[in-house]
Order: sequence, then C-alpha cells, then structure tokens
Amino acid sequence: MNLYLITTSLLADGAAAHGTAAPSPASMFVTAITVFILATFVGFEVITKVPPTLHTPLMSGSNAISGITIIGAILAAGLKLNFITITFGIIAIFFAMINVVGGFAVTHRMLGMFKKKG
Amino acid sequence: MSEAVRNALYLFASICFIIALKRLSHPRTAVRGNVTGALGMLVAIAVTCFVAYENPDISGLGYWLIGIGLVIGSIAGLYLAVRVPMTGMPQMVGLLNGFGGGASLLVAACELIARMGAGDVPTEATAVTEMRFFVGSTMAAGLIGAVTFFGSLVAAGKLQELKWVPSGNVIPAQQLANALLLIATIALSVWATYDLSKLWLFFPMVLLASVLGVFVTTPIGGADMPVVICLLNSYSGMAAAATGFVLNNYGLIIAGSLVGSSGIILCQIMCKAMNRSLGNVLFGKLGTASGGASADDVYGGKVKSASAEELGLLFDGVRRVVIVPGYGMAVSQAQHAVRDLANALEARGATVEYGVHPVAGRMPGHMNVLLAEANIPYDKVKEMDEINSSFDQTDVAIVIGANDVVNPVARTDPKSPIAGMPILDVDKARTVVVVKRSLSPGFAGIPNPLFAAPNTLMYFGDGKKAILDLVAAVKQAG
Repeated sequence: MNLYLITTSLLADGAAAHGTAAPSPASMFVTAITVFILATFVGFEVITKVPPTLHTPLMSGSNAISGITIIGAILAAGLKLNFITITFGIIAIFFAMINVVGGFAVTHRMLGMFKKKG
Repeated sequence: MSEAVRNALYLFASICFIIALKRLSHPRTAVRGNVTGALGMLVAIAVTCFVAYENPDISGLGYWLIGIGLVIGSIAGLYLAVRVPMTGMPQMVGLLNGFGGGASLLVAACELIARMGAGDVPTEATAVTEMRFFVGSTMAAGLIGAVTFFGSLVAAGKLQELKWVPSGNVIPAQQLANALLLIATIALSVWATYDLSKLWLFFPMVLLASVLGVFVTTPIGGADMPVVICLLNSYSGMAAAATGFVLNNYGLIIAGSLVGSSGIILCQIMCKAMNRSLGNVLFGKLGTASGGASADDVYGGKVKSASAEELGLLFDGVRRVVIVPGYGMAVSQAQHAVRDLANALEARGATVEYGVHPVAGRMPGHMNVLLAEANIPYDKVKEMDEINSSFDQTDVAIVIGANDVVNPVARTDPKSPIAGMPILDVDKARTVVVVKRSLSPGFAGIPNPLFAAPNTLMYFGDGKKAILDLVAAVKQAG
C-alpha cells in the first residue's frame, strides 16, 4: 500500500507544480521518470500469484487498460494542424477505442463464463 | 477545468486501474476488477474530451472527427468482442495489443509533426533541454509502438492460421538482421535527440522498427505464442507509458507502466512453466529434432491403437479419470464434447478431473477459459502441480490433442529440446488414452515415447468427432 501513497503524493506535487510557476523541463522529466518507476513496481506487486485460471482475463483486462493511449489520441486528433495529423489522430482514436472497448467487453465475457457455475 | 482538477481526475483513473489489476488477479473479485478498470477509462476519456472541448484550437470539425472516431472505434471493438469465439481469444488479444501499440505510435507521430510544423530549432538552453526530452520520448514511443503493432499483426495472423502471413525465418541470418535493426533504430533515435534539426529521422526509424516487429515475430512457433502475446501486451503498455512522456501526462505513464510490468510478470510465470528463458523464446533457441531418437525408433511396431467401441469397454468400472486437454482440443473446438464425455463417465460412477498444463493452448490460461465455456466446474480443473501426484492412482488418463506437455522425455533425456520442462505425468496412470489425429510431433518436433508405452492406447481421429464417438460408445457400454 505504501507505494500507492508515494505515487499519489508525487502526483499531487506534479499537479500543483503545473498550476503555478513552470518547473524546469529536467525536473518535470525526473518526476515523470519517478512516477514511471513507482508505477512499474506497483504493477509487479499487484499481480503476483495470479491463478492460471485468470491469466487470460487478466491479460485482456490489462490490455484494455493499455488503451489509455486514447487520451493522447483525442488530444492529437484535436491538434488540427494539417491533413496528416488529423488523419493520424483519427486512426489513433479508432485503434485505441477498439482496444479499450473490445478489451473490457471481451474480458467481461470471459469472466462471465467462470461465474456461471457455483 | 483547471489543470489541478484535470490531473486529480487522471489520478482517480490511475487508482481505478491499480485496483482493477489487483481485483483481476483474484477469482472472486475479477468481474468487479474489470468494471473498475472500465470506470477508470471512462473517467479518463471524459476528462480528455472536456480538455479537447475547452481547447480554443479545436473547432467544430475537430469535435466531429473526435466524436466519429470514438463512436466507430467503440462499435468496432464491441462487435469484435461479441463475435469472437473463445477459441479465437488469443488472436483477439493479440490484435487488440497491436491496436494499442499502433495508436501510441500514431500519437507520437502527430505530436512530432506538430512540433516540426511549429518552427525552428530552439536555441535557448531550457527550450533545448525540454525539446530533447520530448524528442527522446517520441522516438521511444514510435519504436515500441511500431514493434508492438507489426509484431502483434503477425502474431494474430499466425494464430488465425492465415496462409499468407510469413512464418519461420524470412531472410537468412534473421537473428543478426534483428540485432542490426535494433541497433539502427536506437542509433537513429539517439541521433535525432542529439541533433534537434533532424526530427524527420523519426520516420525512417519507425520504418526500421516496423520491419523489426515483423522479423522478431515470424520465427516464433505455436508453443511459444503464449509468451509472445504476453510480451506484446507488455509492450503495448510500455508504448502507452512512452506516449505519456511525450505528452507529459502522468495518467498515461501510470496506466502504461502498470500494464508493462504486469505483462512482464506473466511472461516470467509462463517461461518458468516451460523451463525456458525469455531470451530463448525471443531468439528461437528451441532446436528442432536434433539428436535424440528418431520417430521410427520410438514408435516402430510398439504403438497400439484402439477404436471407440474398444475404449468404451475400457471404462468399465473405472473409478478415477483425468482428462488432459491440449491445443488439439482447442482447434477442433471439442470442449463441449469433452464435457459430455465427463458427464457420461460420471454417470457410470467415475470421478473425472482435468489436468491443465500452464502453457497448454496458445495463451496462458487459455484452456481454463475453454473449459469454463463448456460449463465445466472450475473446481474440477486442476493445475499441473496439484494433479501430478495423483496420476498413479488414476485408472485412465485421457490426453486430447496435447503432445509436448505430456512427453516423458522432458524427465528422462537431458539432451532433448524440452529437457527439464515440467510436464503432466500422465504416463504414471494405469492406462493412457491419447486422442490425436496422427503420430505427428508437437511443437518441439520430437517423437513422444508415451505414445508407444505399454499402457498407452492411441485413439486416432479428429478431436471433436473422436470424443463424440467415444461418448456414444461409453453410453452404449454402460
């Protein structure tokens, strides 16, 4: 649990820093790296000892989460600079949304199969 | 919406993802876990749409395009999720990984083009530093995204058994070529980060990374596919994390790295189950049948085959039966027939359990999903470690389309390509029935002495039809 708290407080710092004076790019990058490393550890911690029954659903569920890149896709599609960025952005939204919706839906379907029997 | 509120909501989404993964790793909370993840994603998307709405650079057309992309993508995703058969799940997950990686690649490309269009190379020290971090992250997102996208397409194509998808080594010395490609992509990335006037290097870099993604995946065979799908899943997370660095968005970084690291853990679990190192899988070190006994030596005159009727009599008075499903069962979609067989045997007073090897099928846990689809109670589905000690008290072990995971050579021949791989000890059962189309070797390409063992009966036939015939025979004999 400690890791969650550390990550959380770091994020709050990062958020506060954004609102006020602009921090130096290097310090922002270091914060980003810190968040990255801590989240990586959280990922390791969170799923140790998964029963094999859940390997496939866990994989497709985490796969859906990797569709978070949809955030970037929406922002990129909105850049509206030229034909290429708009095209790329729309395709990115399309791809990421398939990943997100398909991922969560198919995971739900799989888990439903395990749930049917008591 | 203020930046603080926005980031707080992204943080909320990130916490949802952490809880989602935690819950997804326990059977009782898995459904809630998935819903939690979806909720987090919904919040993240809603916040981002609002950010886009507030952005003065985006006008009416922009909204339309974003909206259309979201709606069409959702419909396509939902359609795929509803339509895909459970046997097709590995391809589906592979394909979705690819879409995630592809999206990250395209986002990185968009951001880069936007910067290139914005004008000159910065000269002020702070701006230069900022730009270096940006370019480095963009190159990383492009590299990982391209490898994930093309690697996943090849993997999904191979799993779908599309004939035109390349398989095996496409060019001579492919391993060397891959190493060179990797070095070249990294070199181009470093170059562009160093010399900020050469941002266009991104495009040749992505081209090389795409080729790398294809080349890395083509030589990997069926049995290693679970690991590859898992690894690509991990990559798709890392690509998202790299995109987070490009956009300086902590929500993306957290969600991406969570997926990246949890994917790597699953890979490790799987490699351990096969007694292989990740490196071995990636560089295709699993030798083909070199040394060891030839098929003729192993099988010559020793293989006994039986018909459904003969087998029906065999089950007379048996008390304990263990069914071992393998990839062959998945291919012939025999899981429902297998359940009927178990019911017929139970009706005759036998206890039936299922022994599942961790890497049976084409995706970790794939067999469990297939058995669950056929309404087989999961307390009867045992893991390898759990069931192995009970084979010597088992009357009949029925192996359906599994090969390497029941090959006793793994225990006996240290020179064999599967030496040391933990296997299901079906050979210790009183009688072994192997349902298989022919004596053809499994992925490891070696003959299986189990098939010629004195206590083994081969039951040749296509999985589903063979099992249905057997069900009829068992019912008739009973």
